[in-house]
Amino acid sequence: MTAESVAVARAKPRRSTVKHKGSIAFFIVPFAALFAAFYLLPIGWAIYQSLLVVERDGTFGKPVEVFGGLTQYLLVFQNQEFWASVGRVLLFGAVQVPVMLGAALVLALLLDSPLVKGKKFFRLAFFVPYAVPGVIAAIMWGYLYSPNLSPFSALTSEFDFLSPTTVLWSIANVVTWVYVGYNMLIIYSALLALPQEIFEAARLDGANQWQIAWSIKIPLVAPAITLTAIFSIIGTLQLLAEPQVFRSFTSSVSSTFTPNLAVYATSAVPNVSLAAAMSVVLALATFALSFAFLKFTQRKADS
Amino acid sequence: MTQAVTTKAGAPKQGAPKEKLASRTAAMIVMGVSTLYFLVPIWWLFISSTKSREQFGSTGALWFADFNLFKNIADLVAYNDGVYLKWMLNSILYAGSGALLGTLFAAMCGYALAKYRFPGRELIFNVVLGGVLVPATALALPLFLIFSQFNATNTFWSVFLPSIVSPFGVYLARIFASASVPDELLEAARLDGASEVRTFFAVSRRLMTPALVTIFLFQFVAIWNNFFLPLIMLRDQALFPVTLGLYQWNSQVNQIPEIRTFVIIGAFLSIIPLIIAFLSLQRFWRGGLGAGSVK
Repeated sequence: MTAESVAVARAKPRRSTVKHKGSIAFFIVPFAALFAAFYLLPIGWAIYQSLLVVERDGTFGKPVEVFGGLTQYLLVFQNQEFWASVGRVLLFGAVQVPVMLGAALVLALLLDSPLVKGKKFFRLAFFVPYAVPGVIAAIMWGYLYSPNLSPFSALTSEFDFLSPTTVLWSIANVVTWVYVGYNMLIIYSALLALPQEIFEAARLDGANQWQIAWSIKIPLVAPAITLTAIFSIIGTLQLLAEPQVFRSFTSSVSSTFTPNLAVYATSAVPNVSLAAAMSVVLALATFALSFAFLKFTQRKADS
Repeated sequence: MTQAVTTKAGAPKQGAPKEKLASRTAAMIVMGVSTLYFLVPIWWLFISSTKSREQFGSTGALWFADFNLFKNIADLVAYNDGVYLKWMLNSILYAGSGALLGTLFAAMCGYALAKYRFPGRELIFNVVLGGVLVPATALALPLFLIFSQFNATNTFWSVFLPSIVSPFGVYLARIFASASVPDELLEAARLDGASEVRTFFAVSRRLMTPALVTIFLFQFVAIWNNFFLPLIMLRDQALFPVTLGLYQWNSQVNQIPEIRTFVIIGAFLSIIPLIIAFLSLQRFWRGGLGAGSVK
C-alpha cells in the first residue's frame, strides 16, 4: 500500500507522458488480443446470432437467416423446458451451495483450531477430490450409486439414488464431494492469514474455541466465504458435465435437465439462434445473480 | 504431547480439560468421518482397477482380489490402437502448454496493470474482472459458431486457443505483483540500465513465483476438467482429451460391456497426474491460494 502511494506521488509531476509505452504494450497485447478474440468476440457473436431467425420461401425453399429482433428471446421466455431447468439448478444451488460451504467452513475452522492433530494429512485428504475432473467423479459415483455394482449395494439396492426425484441430490453429492476441500482450503488460507494476537486476547478473556470461531474467525474470513460463494453460484448455473454423464446411468436425467444441457440439446437440433439466445439469457442471469450476491453481502458488511 | 498442546492453547479456566477432551474427541470424529467420505470412492476406484472383469462384480468391492492392475493397464493401452494413451497425451498437451502460455500472458498483463500507470488501465482491469464472472461454458457455443466460420472446428486449435485465456489469472497476478514486487527494485534495475521486459523476466517473475504456480495449477485443472468446449468442438476421437474420451466410452457401456473395465482403469489413471502435480507443488500454491481472497 505505502509503496504504491509513494509511486503515485513520484509519478505525478510527469503525468502527461506515459513512460515505457513499448514495454507496456508488449506485456498487455498478448493477453488482450486473446481475450478479445475468445471472450469479447464470442459474447458479441452470441448476441448477434440470437437476433437472427431462419426464413424459407415456401416449404422447400432455401433457408436464409434474417434479422428477427427479439423473436428468439420471446421463444426462450416461452420455453417451459428451459425455465424448468433454470428452476432446477436454482433449487439445487439453494441447497447444495450452503451445505457445501457450511461443511467447508466447519472443516477449515477445525483444521485451524488446536483440537485437531494430523492437520497436514487431513488437509491433503480433503483436497484430493478436487484433482478428480467432474466427468470422472460423475462416472465414479455413477457406479457407487448403481444398485448391483456398488460396494454399498446393501444400501443402493434398497434406496434408488438415480430415480427422477433423487437424482438431482445424487448429483449434488458428486459436486459437493469434489469441491468441499477446495473451498475449505480457500477459507483455511484466509484463517491462517489472520493475526494470532486477536485470539490470544480473546483466550485471556476466557473465550473458548467455539466462541472464538463464531464471533471472531467467521466474521473475519467473510470475504473469503463470499468469494467461494460467488464461484459456487456461477458453477451451479453452469452445471453440465455431471448430469450429462448421469444420462448414461439413468433415464431420470432429461436432455434439458440443466440450462447448459438445454443449450446443447437446442444447438444440436440444430437451432443455433435459439441456443445462442439461451446462452445470453443464462450468462446474464449468472452475472446478475453473482453481482447481486456481492452487493448484498457488501451492504450487510457495511450496516 | 497432549499436555504440550493444552498448554499451548493456554486454557485459563479450571474445569476446561474435561470440556477440551470432549471437544477434541468430537472434532477428531468429524475429521475421521470426512476422511472416509472423501477417500473411500477413490479407494474403490483403485481397488476396482486391480480386478479382472470377472472378479469386478463378484468379489468384495473394497478389498483386493487377484492383483490384475498391470494386465488391465496393458489391455487398456492396447485397446482400439492405443486410443487411451492418445487421449492422455492430448490432455497433457492441452492442459500443460495451455496453462503455461496462459500463465505467462496473464502474469505479464497483471504485472503491467499493477506496476505501470497509463490511460485505460482501470478500464482494462474492469473489463477483465467482468470476464471472471462470465462462465466459460456460456462461451462454448458462440466459440463453435465462430470457429465454424473459418472451418476450424474439430481441430486441435479450436480447443487449445480459447483455453489459454485466464481473466482470473490476470486478477491474481495483479494483486500479487503489487504486493510482492517493490517499485524501488524496478527503479534500481532501471538505473542499472536493464530494460523493462528484461527486468520482468529476470527479477519480477521470480518474486511472483508463488502466484505464478497457483495460476498455472488452477488453469491446468480448468483445462484438464473442461468438458463442454471439447464436447461441442470435437468429433475426431484422435483429438479428444481424456475426459471426453472416457465420457464417450462410458456412454457405450451398454452396447460394449467389456469396455466398463477400461472406463474404470482409465478413470483411475487419469486422476494420477493431477494428484502428483498438486502434491509436488503444494508449498507454492498454498501460499498463492490465500492471495485471491485476502482483498
